[in-house]
Amino acid sequence: MTSSHTAGGFTVRRYSPDRGAWGKLTARDSVVRKLDWVMLLCSLALSLIGAVLVFSATRNRTELTHGDEYGYLLRHLLNTGIGLALAAGAIWLGHRTLRGAVPILYGLSLVLALLVLTPLGATINGSRSWLAIPGGLSLQPAEFAKITITLGMALILAGRVDAGDRPHPDHRTVVQALGLAAVPVAIIMLMPDLGSVMVLGAIILGVLLASGASNRWILGLLGAGVVGCVAIWQLGLLDDYQIARFAAFANPSLDPAGVGYNTNQARIAIGGGGLTGSGLFHGSQTTGQFVPEQQTDFIFTVAGEELGFLGAGLIIVLLGVVLWRACRIAREASELYSTIVAAGFIAWFSFQSFENIGMTLGIMPVTGLPLPFVSYGGTSMFAVWIAIGLLQSIHVQRPVSA
Amino acid sequence: MTNIPETGRSSRVTIRLVAIQILVFSLLLTLGGRLWYLQIRNGREYADEARNNHVQQVVEPATRGSILDARGIPLADNQTRLVVSASRTDLLKMKDDGKAVLGRLAKVLGMSETEIRNKVRLCDAKTPQPCWNGSPFQPIPITDEATTQQALQIRERSEDFPGISAEPTAVRRYAAPGKAETAQVLGYLSPVTDEEIQKAKNTRSPLLRSDQIGRSGLERTYDSQLRGKAGVTRYEVDNLGRVIGKAKSDKAVPGSNVVTSIDARVQAIAERELEQAMKDARKEHDKNTGTNYKADAGAVVVMENKTGRIVSMASNPSYDPNAWVGGISGKDYARLTGKDSNYPLLNRAIQGQSAPGSIFKVISTSAAVAAGYDFDGTYPCTASFSIGNQVFKNFESKGYGPINLGRALEVSCDTVFYGLAYQQWQKDGGNKPKDPKDWFYKTAHQFGLGKETGIDLPNEVTGRVPDRQWKKRYWEANKDSWCKQGKSGDDYVSKIARENCESGMKMRAGDSVNYSIGQGDTQVTPIQMATIYAAIANGGTLYNPTVGKAVVSPDGKHIENIEPKSHGKLPVTARTLSQIDGALAGVATRGTAAWRFQGWPQDKIPMHAKTGTAEVYGKQTTGWFATYTKDYTIVMTISQGGTGSGSAGPAVRKIYNALYGVDDKGKIDEKQALLPRPQTGLPRILGDGTIQAQPITPVAAPATPAATGRRGR
Repeated sequence: MTSSHTAGGFTVRRYSPDRGAWGKLTARDSVVRKLDWVMLLCSLALSLIGAVLVFSATRNRTELTHGDEYGYLLRHLLNTGIGLALAAGAIWLGHRTLRGAVPILYGLSLVLALLVLTPLGATINGSRSWLAIPGGLSLQPAEFAKITITLGMALILAGRVDAGDRPHPDHRTVVQALGLAAVPVAIIMLMPDLGSVMVLGAIILGVLLASGASNRWILGLLGAGVVGCVAIWQLGLLDDYQIARFAAFANPSLDPAGVGYNTNQARIAIGGGGLTGSGLFHGSQTTGQFVPEQQTDFIFTVAGEELGFLGAGLIIVLLGVVLWRACRIAREASELYSTIVAAGFIAWFSFQSFENIGMTLGIMPVTGLPLPFVSYGGTSMFAVWIAIGLLQSIHVQRPVSA
Repeated sequence: MTNIPETGRSSRVTIRLVAIQILVFSLLLTLGGRLWYLQIRNGREYADEARNNHVQQVVEPATRGSILDARGIPLADNQTRLVVSASRTDLLKMKDDGKAVLGRLAKVLGMSETEIRNKVRLCDAKTPQPCWNGSPFQPIPITDEATTQQALQIRERSEDFPGISAEPTAVRRYAAPGKAETAQVLGYLSPVTDEEIQKAKNTRSPLLRSDQIGRSGLERTYDSQLRGKAGVTRYEVDNLGRVIGKAKSDKAVPGSNVVTSIDARVQAIAERELEQAMKDARKEHDKNTGTNYKADAGAVVVMENKTGRIVSMASNPSYDPNAWVGGISGKDYARLTGKDSNYPLLNRAIQGQSAPGSIFKVISTSAAVAAGYDFDGTYPCTASFSIGNQVFKNFESKGYGPINLGRALEVSCDTVFYGLAYQQWQKDGGNKPKDPKDWFYKTAHQFGLGKETGIDLPNEVTGRVPDRQWKKRYWEANKDSWCKQGKSGDDYVSKIARENCESGMKMRAGDSVNYSIGQGDTQVTPIQMATIYAAIANGGTLYNPTVGKAVVSPDGKHIENIEPKSHGKLPVTARTLSQIDGALAGVATRGTAAWRFQGWPQDKIPMHAKTGTAEVYGKQTTGWFATYTKDYTIVMTISQGGTGSGSAGPAVRKIYNALYGVDDKGKIDEKQALLPRPQTGLPRILGDGTIQAQPITPVAAPATPAATGRRGR
C-alpha cells in the first residue's frame, strides 16, 4: 500500500512539469491565484495616489522636508513597500496560525502603548501618542492596538462558538471581551488620543455586531457611549483645545484662529477644486500651505483641490471597493473568528475614513486620524496593510467547495 | 474541510453583516454627497474665497489732482514729505502692544509718548481726537514732518523699530499762493472709514483702505475726479504672507486737476480786506450796546454776473488747511472745532445765515410791482409807521415825504415798504386769511431764497422764508415750550413767548411788516444774495454759482468744462429790472452807499449797491453790503459789525479797486487792474499735461511761468 502509494506519487511527479518559483505562484491552486486581487490593487492604488498627494503637499514645505523635496514621497513609498511586505507575511503565516499568537501580540501592543506614557513617548499636537525609537523614527502604538483588540476580542468571542459549544457568545464571554478591549482603550485615552479611542469604539461595536452577541449589548454599549460622552463633557475631562476642536468643525467662527481656521481652510481648498480640480501641484491652497497637517490628517484636501470632485471621488470609490471586498470576505468566512476579524477591520477602515474625510469636509469634528493608505505615516500604513494581509489570509483559507 | 461547522454564517451573523455593510456604504455615500455639495454646488463660492485667500494687494496710492486757480496757480497740490507711520497690526503682535517701540520713536521724533500713542489709537464714540479713524490695517501716519536725520535713524535701526516705517510720501499741500488760503472753499482730506468703503464698493470709483477722501469744500465735491485710481499689484502669497508669485497689476492713474474760477490774487485781497474790515469794526463803538462791535464772523463773495462763477469766496474766522495734512493733532482739532473756536471750519459764505436787512428790499420792491404797485408811483416815506399801538421805526433813514420805489431803495426808506406790506397783509385777509396771495413771500421764493443755490460746494444751507407754512410748522414744533415759558414771568422774553404761544401760528401784521425790510425770521446766506444781485445785473438769470471751471485729465488731453447752469429767472419784467438797476446805481451815487463810493469812476464803471443792517435779538447788528458792476457782484456781510456800508464798505471798494485798477482818487490804471473783465479761457495746458501757472504777483521777480506742482510765485 505504502509503496504503491509512493509509486503513484512518483508517477504524478513525473508527468507534471517541474514547477519553478513562478510556476508555483501561478499554479491553479496557488495562494497567489486565490488572493482577492481587486482589493489588493485598490489598496495599492490608494497608497500610490497617497504618495503623489503627499509629494504635492510637502514638496515646498522646506521647514518640514529640510530641503529634500522628495523625502516624504520616498518615505511614503518605502512605508507602502514595508506595508506590502507585512501583508505578505500575514498571508504567509495565515490568520489561523496567528490566532495562536494573539495573546502574545496583544500583550506586546499593550507594552508598546504603555511605553508611550513613559519618557520614551513623544508629544505631537497636544497628544502623547508617539513612541520615539532610535534612528529618528517614531511609532504610534495605538495603530497596532486596533489590530490586536480586533484579534483579541475575536479570539474570546469566537472561542466557544467555533468549538461548537454555543450558537452565539454568552454574556460572560462578552464581558471578558470588553474587559480585554478596555485596557488598551484606557491607556490610549490617557495619552490622550481621542481620535484613536473613537476608532476603537467603532471597532468594538463592529466586532460585537458581527459576533452575534445579544442586541442588548449593542444597544447598551451605544447608550454607554452617549452617557460617557456627556459625562466627559460635563466633568471637564477634556482639555479646552479638544472641546474647541469638537465645537468648531460645524461653526469655524467659534475658534477662528485655531481649529476653525483648519476647518475653514480645508473647506476652501476642497470647495475651490470644483469638478476637475486645479491640476496636480497647482492648488493655491496647497502651494500656499494654508491647510495645516496636509500630508497627514488633511491629505484629502490636496485631492479635493488639485484633483477636484473626480479625483477626490475616486478615493472614496476606491475605499468603497476595498470595503465591499472586505464585506464579501466577512460574509464568506466559515468560522466566526474570521468573520469577527473581518468585521472589526471593516469597522476600523470605514469609521476612520469617514472621520478623516468628514472632518476635511466639515461634517465631523477635527481629530488627528490618518486616512487609511493615503495619509503619510509609517505606523498607520503598516497597520492597514497588516489588516489587508489578514483579510487576504481569511479569503485564501476559506473552504473552497463551500 | 466541509465538516467544519460554518459558525461564521449563522443567520444572525449574516443579518448583522448586512447591517454593517449598509452602514458602511451609507457613510461613504454621505461623504460623496457632501463632497458634491462643496465642490459642485458651492464650488464657485469657495474658489473665490481661495483666490482672496492667497492674493494680497499692494496699493500704490494715486497722486491726487491739484486744485488750481483761474490762472493755473495751484491752491492745493502735493508735496513729497518724509512720513513716519506705524503699523497697528505689527505693534499689537508685540508683548507690550508696541509700547517700547513707540517710546523709542517718541525720543527720536522729539514728540511726547502720549501724543504718539493717541495718534495710533482707533477712533470710537468715546475716544476724543486725536485718534485714527481710518482702517486699522493701514499704516497710521505719526508725523509728516520727519527730518532726513530722523528717517535715517529709524531705517538704520529697523530692528529697534519693528512696525515703523519712514517713507517719502506725497502729501497734500495747501500752498496759499499770494496768501490766498481759500481754506473753507478748498476743504480738507481725511482717511476713509469702513462704512465709506462698503458704500462705494459697487460704484464706479470704489475706495481702498489707504484712500484719503475729501471731507469738505472742493476736495469733497470733486473728490472722485481728483482722487484718481490707486495702482494695485496683486501678489500670490502663502499662509505666512511670503510672496510666491505675481498675479495681476493695475497701474496707478493720477487724479484729474480741477481748474477753478478763483483768482488767487483777488482771493488774497478779499481775505485780507474781510479781516481788515472786521478788525476796523472792532474799533467802532456801538451805541446800542455801549461796547465796541464784536465783528465775530464775516464772509465775502465775488461772483461773475454772467456765469455765476466765483472769483473769490472768503469766510472769517479762517484756519490753515494744512493742519489736516497727515492727520490732525489734538490741539489743532480742538482749536478748529471746540466751543471757543467760533467754528472756523464753517464756510460762512454758504453756511452762515442771518436776516438780510435792507438788501432784501430789492425783493420787496419786485413783490410790490408784481402785486400791482407802480414803480414810479408815490408812497409816503414817513419817520415811523404805526399799526394800532405798535410803532415801526424807519431805521437808519428818515422821513422823505412821498417818494417812488426807486427813491425808497436809494434812501432805504423802511416805512414805504411797511405800508405796502401792511396793505398786502390786509388784502390777504389780515388775521383771518382768505386765499392769501402772499406776494412778498412768493417773490422771495422765486428769487431763490429758502433753498440752495446749487453751488458746487457741499453742505450749503437753505436759509428760510418765514411764510405761512413755515410759521405753522415752527409753531407746532415750539408751542409747548413757548406756552410754558410764557407763564413764567413778565419780562420781554416771556412776553414774546406768550404772544408766540397764542398766535405764533398766524401771520401777524407785525411779521409781514418786519419781513418787508428783511428783518425778523428771514434767513439768507451771502451766496444767495450774491446770486440774486448778479441776476439783477445780468438781466434776470439766477445762476448756480460754481467754483469749479474745468476738470483737466492728468495728461491734459481731456478737458471737461463746467458750464454755467441756471436755476431760474427773476420774476421781474425787463422794465422793472432796469428801474431797480437804476435805483441801485443811485444808492452808490446819492443813496446810502454814496459816502463809500466817493470819487468812483461811475461813468466808466457803473457801480450799483444796496446796504443792509439786520437786527439780531440779543446781539449786535449784522451788516450787509451787496454791490455789482456790469461784470461782478460782491456781497459782504459782517456779523455783529454794525451797518453794512459802515463795516463792509471800504473792504468792498478795495476789492473793486483791485479788480479794475482804480486808485483812491478814482483814476483807472488798466495795468494795475487784476481782472478788468472776467477770465473766460482756461490756463495754458502744456503737452505733458501740466498746467501753466501765471505769476502770482505781477511785480515780483521775472515772470517765469511755473508748472503745476510748484508754487508759482
